[in-house]
Amino acid sequence: MASQKEVLIDPIFNNNPIALQVLGICSALAVTINMSTTLVMCIAVIFVTTMSNLAVSLVRNRVPTNIRIIVQMTIISSLVIIVDQVLQAVAYDISKSLSVFVGLIITNCIVMGRAEAFAMQNGPWLSALDGFGNAVGYSVILIGVALIREPLGSGTLMGFEIIPTVANGGWYVPNGLLLLAPSAFFIIGLFIWAIRAWKTDQIEAPEYEIAPNGQYKEAI
Amino acid sequence: MEHYLGIFVRAVFVENMALAFFLGMCTFIAISKKISTAFGLGVAVVAVLAITVPVNNLIFNLLLRDGALAWAGFPDVDLSFLGLISYIGVIAAIVQILEMVLDRYVPALYNALGVFLPLITVNCAILGASLMMIDQDQTFGESVVFGLGAGVGWALAITALAGVREKLKYSDVPDGLRGLGITFISVGLISMCFMSFGGIDI
Repeated sequence: MASQKEVLIDPIFNNNPIALQVLGICSALAVTINMSTTLVMCIAVIFVTTMSNLAVSLVRNRVPTNIRIIVQMTIISSLVIIVDQVLQAVAYDISKSLSVFVGLIITNCIVMGRAEAFAMQNGPWLSALDGFGNAVGYSVILIGVALIREPLGSGTLMGFEIIPTVANGGWYVPNGLLLLAPSAFFIIGLFIWAIRAWKTDQIEAPEYEIAPNGQYKEAI
Repeated sequence: MEHYLGIFVRAVFVENMALAFFLGMCTFIAISKKISTAFGLGVAVVAVLAITVPVNNLIFNLLLRDGALAWAGFPDVDLSFLGLISYIGVIAAIVQILEMVLDRYVPALYNALGVFLPLITVNCAILGASLMMIDQDQTFGESVVFGLGAGVGWALAITALAGVREKLKYSDVPDGLRGLGITFISVGLISMCFMSFGGIDI
């Protein structure tokens, strides 16, 4: 049985949901254009993942295995509806700019994946910690991407100007590419590279090995 | 007719589900190592999208929309907050039905799709397309075309990526970038190419 600390800390760098498990990339990348929507999205995902892991873990022994997916789906979509309604009531502008992506937390693979892989086998307390840890691991990547995209793309952070842009009489010419979809892929690719340069055990084994160059004599 | 063609072209190229909206990314990255499996999954996604989007359109317009229940004598009822849970229920049910129908009548296709079919339930592209359809307030006819187009676009993108990855495995990639990292960067480049369709307006 893994210790509580491992369950909480591991997903942040060692077993990051985005960089290693390839979970939850779907709804995430489009919201990283600016920091405030990113933070709201992270909080929403942390809430949903923690609560759904807790709830799934509580009912795990009472649910027949063949209908477990439907039960998990119902729990998750109820939680997402709560988040959606709260956002619409409290922060209507942000909820508008997140548009369909709040609803898409339902099909965010992190929520489903952790419910299925961890909460179905473990007790409520550990499951809640695991959900929290994974959602934080996801948030770290998201916030990192937003930290690069917003300042370089539009010269602001959380809506405040930190690099004076040419349009406002400053010196910085904003890089429009960073506001478009492809930049998020590049940044995440480079993030993965950085994490794997640090944690070398995550490097994938090559499928093909290039044979070493033949000797000069053999060529003749 | 031109209006529908425009929606179709937009959904396939300009607003490509995978490359412009990052939807269905998990399966997109995970199941794009071989062209044949990627294509099979793409066909399944086209089928599911072309059915679920119009069905969700009917459910939204006839049951959930503000005042939609007027025919049943409840003109003041607004059930739109139940949207998310109904759409995902519809998607799960339709995927299940499709699985049973294919198993009974087209076993060859059923075997080819295998485990991908149930997985499609949790593919964000499916739910995402339904939510976008609601967002854009499409009519029934538009939603049929949009569902089909979104599916074709997604299938095109995953097949293209699988083609790139099949060649990519022979190349000498830096250690830390091998596998997932270089895949992300390739997706970024493909996505950049698709942006050049941005000017198309029919």
